[in-house]
Amino acid sequence: MTFGGGPLGHPGDLIPLQGPRGSRLVRDRDALRSTAVALLSTVIVFAALGLLVVNAPGWAAVQRSFFNGAVFAKSLPAIVGAFWVNVQLFLLAEVLILVLGLVLAILRSLPGPVFFPVRLMAMIYTDIFRALPGVLVIYILGFGMPGLGIEAIPREPFFWAVVSLTLIYSAYVSEVYRAGIESIHPSQEAAARSLGLSRVQSLRYVIVPQAIRRVIPPLLNDFIGLQKDTVLVSYVGVVEIFRQSYIKQAANFNFTPYIATALVFLVVTIPLARLTDVLVQRDRRRAATSSR
Amino acid sequence: MSAAAADPDEARAAATPALLVAGLYKSFGQLEVLRGIDLAVAEHEVVCLIGASGSGKSTLLRCVNLLEPIDAGRIVVAGEEITAPRVDVNRIRRRIGIVFQAFNLFPHMTVLDNVTLAPRKVLHLPRAEAADRALALLERFGLADKRAEFPDRLSGGQQQRVAIVRALAMEPELLLLDEVTSALDPELVAEVLAVIRQLARGGMTMLIATHEMGFARDIANRVCFLDAGRILEEGPPEQIFRAPRAERTQRFLQRVMEAGRL
Repeated sequence: MTFGGGPLGHPGDLIPLQGPRGSRLVRDRDALRSTAVALLSTVIVFAALGLLVVNAPGWAAVQRSFFNGAVFAKSLPAIVGAFWVNVQLFLLAEVLILVLGLVLAILRSLPGPVFFPVRLMAMIYTDIFRALPGVLVIYILGFGMPGLGIEAIPREPFFWAVVSLTLIYSAYVSEVYRAGIESIHPSQEAAARSLGLSRVQSLRYVIVPQAIRRVIPPLLNDFIGLQKDTVLVSYVGVVEIFRQSYIKQAANFNFTPYIATALVFLVVTIPLARLTDVLVQRDRRRAATSSR
Repeated sequence: MSAAAADPDEARAAATPALLVAGLYKSFGQLEVLRGIDLAVAEHEVVCLIGASGSGKSTLLRCVNLLEPIDAGRIVVAGEEITAPRVDVNRIRRRIGIVFQAFNLFPHMTVLDNVTLAPRKVLHLPRAEAADRALALLERFGLADKRAEFPDRLSGGQQQRVAIVRALAMEPELLLLDEVTSALDPELVAEVLAVIRQLARGGMTMLIATHEMGFARDIANRVCFLDAGRILEEGPPEQIFRAPRAERTQRFLQRVMEAGRL
């Protein structure tokens, strides 16, 4: 079903000429039939895939080592408990990323030759942290910084985990913000400046508030990535969900804890992804309905 | 204000012009948009700029508001050269209001916030005082009941009236209007023109770029015909519209008349 088409574009307009097909009853029956077909084909596809897996030569062994109910029940509480560490990592880093990303984006959008060094530095920053694999940043900071042995520098892996995630994701998020700032029509700045607002004031009161509203969906997308990437900090010794599932796997000689971990992520991440999609849709509809 | 209105010509001759533009040149890359504009607007005078699209009307207004850097020439507002180096552009802009063709209201703010933003942040008025003054202005132009609406809930005519009120809230010495009715549906043009008439009666100094010839003839003390970046002809509206001297002016008005806009 599409909405567009204009006065002549609705296929329904033509239906009465073709006799009884256009009646409400027939249309309801058509809708019912297409739902039934969709359902049936889904069941068939998934059943076929399921049969393929279950009849694989190694299935019995995989089932024992990945889908062990007893191990699942035994390891789940510890795994869910460890996920709390990921949540803390995520929430702390997210707040810092939102701030640092915005600062970087604003620095990069400052105009004029005076600010060239500032723009250059912000650009180098985003280039570096988008180019480096996250795991390397976490390794280098997580082991390197405490290794310096300077009193004032914290040694906790959790601290360096938050710092690393913030540094990495701020680079991406600043680009999202920047795209948002650049998407605001220059006439908005002209209007603000014409009233006597300074460049900084027009950014603060006019440009940035509108830009942030526009980039909420892509920001949520980045945060879905961040949520998953919190497992990377397990490499520097933070006992979070992935580390915990490794511990449980080693203790039971069984991979089921990883399946439990996967389930936890699915339960948490899918709703966030859905929410993002809904927001994107709403934005798109709003953009389509407002004329300017 | 009223003294000047009583004998406008004499007052104008005596005072420093509200706006003086001398030898103004402006190019965008290879394209010369303004090629030597000389123009004076007296206090309380209404000057209309007419001319084909691309003749430089909008660019001239944007230059006067320092939204475009100029290539050569001088712009003097009430005796102060605003194109001098190191002039504080923010201070100058708050003395000159501009209203744009596309309204350019801030879509994330209510009508009241649109109007009070600059008085609060630039003039540092307390919120309550800025709101009182804004409400008085909105009342004057029949928009008080829209104070809490967001711009996308208003008609084009209402949005443009809010944009005018937003400019007026800074109490500008000079108001620039850049084809403020061109983006409006025909039935909404009248309400905006009525507001501008009201301002003219109140003695507001205005420089107006417009395609509404009937309106220009009504409201202007003086009409300037722009052609290819120069003021080709200027004079009282009666003379320009009835007996244009330059051949290009005649041809332009001929075309306008054929299009049914005069």
